[in-house]
Amino acid sequence: MSFKVDDLNVMQIDVLKEIGNIGAGNAVTALSKMVSKKIDMKVPKVNIVEFKDVADLIGGAEVLVSGIYFQLFGDMTGSIMFIIDKTSSKLLTNLLMGKNDFNPELDEMERSALKEVGNILAGSYLSSLSSLTGLKINVSVPSLAIDMAGAIMSVPIALFGQVGDHVLLIETEFIEGSNLVKGNFFLIPDGGSFEILLNSLGVV
Amino acid sequence: MAEVVKVGMADLNTVYAPTILTTLGLGSCVGICLYDRKSKISGMAHIMLPDSKQIKNNSNPAKFADTGIEKLLNDMIKKGAQKSGIVSKIAGGAQMFNFGDTSDIMRIGTRNINATKETLKKLNISLIAEDTGGTYGRTIELYSETGKLLIKTIGFGIKQI
Repeated sequence: MSFKVDDLNVMQIDVLKEIGNIGAGNAVTALSKMVSKKIDMKVPKVNIVEFKDVADLIGGAEVLVSGIYFQLFGDMTGSIMFIIDKTSSKLLTNLLMGKNDFNPELDEMERSALKEVGNILAGSYLSSLSSLTGLKINVSVPSLAIDMAGAIMSVPIALFGQVGDHVLLIETEFIEGSNLVKGNFFLIPDGGSFEILLNSLGVV
Repeated sequence: MAEVVKVGMADLNTVYAPTILTTLGLGSCVGICLYDRKSKISGMAHIMLPDSKQIKNNSNPAKFADTGIEKLLNDMIKKGAQKSGIVSKIAGGAQMFNFGDTSDIMRIGTRNINATKETLKKLNISLIAEDTGGTYGRTIELYSETGKLLIKTIGFGIKQI
């Protein structure tokens, strides 16, 4: 394997963006249906960043966020990380459960609801990715952590660190209608996997 | 107020007193602090992975416990530290996400801690304090004037070792 993240050309980056676009588009539609609210999403970004800069993408290493993490296996391996800031987490669970609770802490039920949101988002993201590429991709159960952004992002990055010094993140930001719920959705293919991804779409 | 130098992920730095070294949001990574009691020269590394020898792409020594600590020590000696006076404190190596299985990949925090301790032992640097493991992130600050290490968490308090 001689394929390096730094060598990606413009077209390949565009293809990765499109993957993010379609995947997240489906995921956001699913979320929007679930909470019966209009949800906008931004044009996806493909970020190729040094490890030390990753946390800055989500507002700094010490920002308190909820991270819902999935491992991918099958034809390609990697991670999906869904990050929502603490306030948004609460707003989202309130929306989902029809509550009006302003206690910033999340109880067991709300944590579980948040994981379920992650599950649905990841599921719809991956099913569109799968049908687009013809790759068979399985996903683990969700795992939730509420902590510093840097600590949370370090987990998928450490996996990536085994093969490179830069990490490739396909990022989609979405915003609930009234601009209150903000989240980032990261697809982080492992070392050889984005070559498999690009290959399956015929752009290598 | 002393100057604060930030150490990023897979990065390391060395300073003279009274500069403060800090690294933010340690998760499964380990923050390694070396401190020369005489000269007060201090160093901090933020390593991500245990072993450079298991991995092909290892151009950045600060990414691994084994090469990171060695480089940190050499950098400090270059700055004028005496190896005999150097002691260490470590923090981090948490397991942020809990999956049912305990595959190697998910136990990365524990593996990082073990590799760090092994390397310190091999280099004959005594480990005088640690705050490792758990399931939460840490931000650490090393005060080179005193050698004290401050550990901040969200929901698990602040402590000094």
